[in-house]
Amino acid sequence: MITDLLSMEDLDTAAITTVLDTAEGFSDIALRPIKKVPVLRGRTVCNLFYEDSTRTRISFELAAKRLSADVLNFSAKGSSVSKGESLKDTALTLQAMGVDAIVIRHSASGAPQQLTRWVDAKVLNAGDGWHQHPTQALLDLFTIRRRLGRIEGLNVAVCGDVYHSRVARSLVQGLLTMGAQVTLVGPPTLMPACVETWGTAVSHDIDAVLPKTDVLYLLRVQRERMAQQFFPSSREYARIWGVDRHRVATLPEDAIVMHPGPMNRGVEITADVADGANSLIADQVTNGIAVRMSCLYLMLGGDA
Amino acid sequence: MTATYTLAGCRLVDPATGRDEVANVVVEGEVVTAVGRDSAGLRIETDGLVCAPGLVDLHVHLREPGGEDAETIASGTAAAAAGGYTAVCPMANTDPVCDHAGVVEQVLRLAREAGHCDVHPVGAITRGLAGEELAELGAMAAIGVRCFSDDGMPVRSALVMRRALTYARTWDAIICNHAEEASLTDEAQMNESELSSVLGLGGWPHEAEEIQVARDLLLAHGLRARLHVPHVSTRGTVDLVRQAKARGTRVTAEAAPHHFTLTEDVVRSYDPVYKVNPPLRTSDDCEAVREGLADGTIDAIATDHAPHAPEQKEQEWAQAPCGMLGLETALALTLTELVDPGVLTLFQAVAALSTNPARSRDMSGHGGPVEPGAPANLVLFDPEERWTEDPRGLHSRSRNTPYAGRALRGRVRHTVLRGRFTFRDGEVVA
Repeated sequence: MITDLLSMEDLDTAAITTVLDTAEGFSDIALRPIKKVPVLRGRTVCNLFYEDSTRTRISFELAAKRLSADVLNFSAKGSSVSKGESLKDTALTLQAMGVDAIVIRHSASGAPQQLTRWVDAKVLNAGDGWHQHPTQALLDLFTIRRRLGRIEGLNVAVCGDVYHSRVARSLVQGLLTMGAQVTLVGPPTLMPACVETWGTAVSHDIDAVLPKTDVLYLLRVQRERMAQQFFPSSREYARIWGVDRHRVATLPEDAIVMHPGPMNRGVEITADVADGANSLIADQVTNGIAVRMSCLYLMLGGDA
Repeated sequence: MTATYTLAGCRLVDPATGRDEVANVVVEGEVVTAVGRDSAGLRIETDGLVCAPGLVDLHVHLREPGGEDAETIASGTAAAAAGGYTAVCPMANTDPVCDHAGVVEQVLRLAREAGHCDVHPVGAITRGLAGEELAELGAMAAIGVRCFSDDGMPVRSALVMRRALTYARTWDAIICNHAEEASLTDEAQMNESELSSVLGLGGWPHEAEEIQVARDLLLAHGLRARLHVPHVSTRGTVDLVRQAKARGTRVTAEAAPHHFTLTEDVVRSYDPVYKVNPPLRTSDDCEAVREGLADGTIDAIATDHAPHAPEQKEQEWAQAPCGMLGLETALALTLTELVDPGVLTLFQAVAALSTNPARSRDMSGHGGPVEPGAPANLVLFDPEERWTEDPRGLHSRSRNTPYAGRALRGRVRHTVLRGRFTFRDGEVVA
């Protein structure tokens, strides 16, 4: 059904709906005593991680194992990459070993797309540079739909470092495809170039946005951006754009708060908000497994 | 071969004399001895070919010394001969850097031994291209260097730039500053635009080029010093140079074929063959470069020929080096993309590829005039021949052309350097 999963740009409404519906079916597996189905038995999935990641790699590993696939974990630090092997040579090696799918995380935007030119295996983008992180967007859409029953027509505020965020790029595309209204919130320095072409609203005043927001999606704001003069201090950031319980109190009653992790508690989000009643942050992590099972199944399952 | 021969029946296009006519060009030894109806010696039929002064490239990277896996002076000048060039100006960013007379002499010797094309090395402005201490410009000027550049690295300090422009006046030499305000391009990977924001690649804003050019134009104007602006890639830079010329600033400018034939859209593929500095820009910038060439704001077409070994280019976009090949496609791209659509006349095209660049560097014997007594530095090309770029046929040691598979019109047939064929009927002459 899906060949490679590189970008949310490649998925239309029907494709996203299929992924989410399929994920609903898989989400029950986690509740069973034996959390495993045999749909990908005999298939080999390689997790090729060039960038540190705990939750995404573990989530993909669990997803593949629950589908009974064989899983190889290749992390750049423990491989010949540290001795200077190129991505292309690594790809050709995996190709020669006959893996069926490669899940790749890389700090360079576009690396998954380049990989497709060198291997026959299906390629799943687990995050590339500032570009895309499609399974994060899909698990977020899944989480929103589960909690609020729909995506279309919702007002979603995506707040924080949009400029450097692959999560924002993929999520915004997915939300727009599914018919949500999106407002990007944050300092102008952290908005991407030509943001007016993104099809979203943009606001620098979070307090004006919150009362009309159904989903408040906070992005990680890395402290090292201060050194690059994107904002003067994390204290000032927290004061103007950070979300604490006072700000959360201005959201509509059913509104939800989400964050892709890892969080910088005290910068974009305070601890009481992260752990509060509106927070779906733990659900996002749980749902990630079912959504990744769905993606792997739709790529590798079926008649092939 | 330096016998006497006649290039019979060619269309001579020579901006230096204003000639555009069918003629015989007689060559004896190293020089042209007659242009007109006379003939002498061996008759070489050149019916249907355009004969022009050999092409001159102000901006190439020949990689030697230090980068011989990508190009050598022999392979790079062979590519130049195949592209119709009789003179090229290699930049100083070799290893060691061409920042003293010893490297200049080494480059000149290797070029002489290869014999494919004249080489006019560009010296570094500062030691090690570090932008801090002036290199010994005088020692390099004494052995013929006319232009100094830290190409690839901007001279960031306004003071060092001002001193370089001032000091170079001793020899009325030309300073060419890499046009990039580097504090704005720290994480730059492509043109800053809607596309860069979608692709998640750091943006190289057009202002970074224009700020640097504006500063350098102001400094050069006040000092009456000679400034050359390399690889103009934005509409704003074209406007700045146009205004400066109107004010009487002593400035010349060049543009690369990829900046009038390719736009940033190709970066969608994340194929680093399209990664170049300054980056591919928008179609509006391309249009501005064409306008600048048409109205003479941009004097020269220079390739910024930048070979890289395959393993360098077959990396992740962010890690791959900038640069693309240019010597073997520049003439055909100019003919196909500028002359055929009527942006430039053939006359203007030859001027931009030969006469203007030669004059801008005070090169005698290149860029015409093609007249009795002048060195026979010539290119003969078939303006009608259609061909398709195939990287396997390149003479460069590298293969990083962004034009693989591109349909082109107009092809070099012969190149003549001081009477001797360096490229004949599609073959480099050893």
